Amino acid sequence: MADVMLLDFWASPFGQRCRIALAEKGVAYEYSEQNLEQKSELLLRSNPVHKKIPVLLHGGRPVCESLIILTYIDEAWPEMMPLLPRDPYARAQARFWANYIDNKIVDCQTRLLTTKGEAQEQAKKDMIGALKTLDSELGDKDYFGGQAFGFVDVAFVTLTPWFYTYEKYGDFSVEEHCPRIVAWAARCRERESVAKALTDPEKVYEIVQEEYGAN
Amino acid sequence: MAGEGDIKLLGMVVSPFVVRVRMALHRKGVSYEYVEQDLFNKSELLLRSNPVNKKVPVLIHGGKPICESLVIVQYADEVWSGKGASIFPADPHERAVARFWAAYVDDKLFPAYIGIMKAATEEARAEKAKEALVVLANLEEAFAQCSKGKPFFAGDSVGYLDLAVGCNLFWLEAIRKMFGVTFFDVGKTPLLAAWAERFAGTEMAREVVPDADTAVVFAKKLQARFGSNTSAK
Repeated sequence: MADVMLLDFWASPFGQRCRIALAEKGVAYEYSEQNLEQKSELLLRSNPVHKKIPVLLHGGRPVCESLIILTYIDEAWPEMMPLLPRDPYARAQARFWANYIDNKIVDCQTRLLTTKGEAQEQAKKDMIGALKTLDSELGDKDYFGGQAFGFVDVAFVTLTPWFYTYEKYGDFSVEEHCPRIVAWAARCRERESVAKALTDPEKVYEIVQEEYGAN
Repeated sequence: MAGEGDIKLLGMVVSPFVVRVRMALHRKGVSYEYVEQDLFNKSELLLRSNPVNKKVPVLIHGGKPICESLVIVQYADEVWSGKGASIFPADPHERAVARFWAAYVDDKLFPAYIGIMKAATEEARAEKAKEALVVLANLEEAFAQCSKGKPFFAGDSVGYLDLAVGCNLFWLEAIRKMFGVTFFDVGKTPLLAAWAERFAGTEMAREVVPDADTAVVFAKKLQARFGSNTSAK
């Protein structure tokens, strides 16, 4: 087994976060595509609590949960391309916003795509509100942390291919509400690590319709 | 290295997340001004300091707010890294394991025991109690792996995961008193049961953790305010 292995699923935005971080750090690793319908012995052994991908295996030791994996990658390979800033206050802000993305955006996404009627209307309102909050937090900066691509950018950029799907299901325009976020996403896609990792937005829409039923 | 400077903690007496932060500040030997918040009538200061979630705890250090209890604990360990005791271990993998279980506690344990309190029927309550016990069974395993035979999750003294789990103990005791649920069965989770007693006996816990009865009184006030079909003892 390679020293660094990533148990992942090709379309997972959470797995993609890890791929981007490993690429940015220049870490060689073995990518292991997992069958989520028939979970492997290795996956079940490495993440017995949640049985989910992504899982990073380093020297055989598992790290689970994508944001925890990002933090681990940053700490295990500290010299190259730091993802978190040095200043403790700036680090706290980065952690806060990464958590916000996982708690708010992901929750809104699930509700937007799996509910109908009033519940879906509320999900749409909440999603627009959350995206606007992030747009406001980004402000006029190039990246969430300032001038350098970092932790929050990695956490959020893999969800940007899902905007097309949010727009189809919610009947709204992300760019209309969050022009800075859309510009930021395009800026991030210029990085090779990001371009290689992201799923095509049309493909995401196709997968979501298969998974949750047509809009 | 940052000095102590102006440090305020916006809190609420029975919030386990606030207790968690108070424990961390105790470990770092940092003094601060504690400002009790009325969550039914949120102050200008709270709304200004945590506009996104409008929740406690909020640490305000030199006028700058830090929100989310686990984020605050990590901040405290970093900004006062020279002071008091280290909250995080040094090894990146051990840190990742501690973070994993802390996130698990917040995702799974807290909603389960709050669910016991809010349950509208006996069946719903029993369901939530079952969930809580599954979580504690997993934490028993986690303790065995992390402690490696030592008294605390972090080893010889309390660390990140001890704080993450330990801040909930007074609520588990309050719920035991109100609804008769036994969370720490020496037969089922012996390591955790022993750790819970040990944790409650630390100087830090004795100074910072409120009495379980304070939580009971608060819970009854909430039930009266929002109405509940099932009564506690």
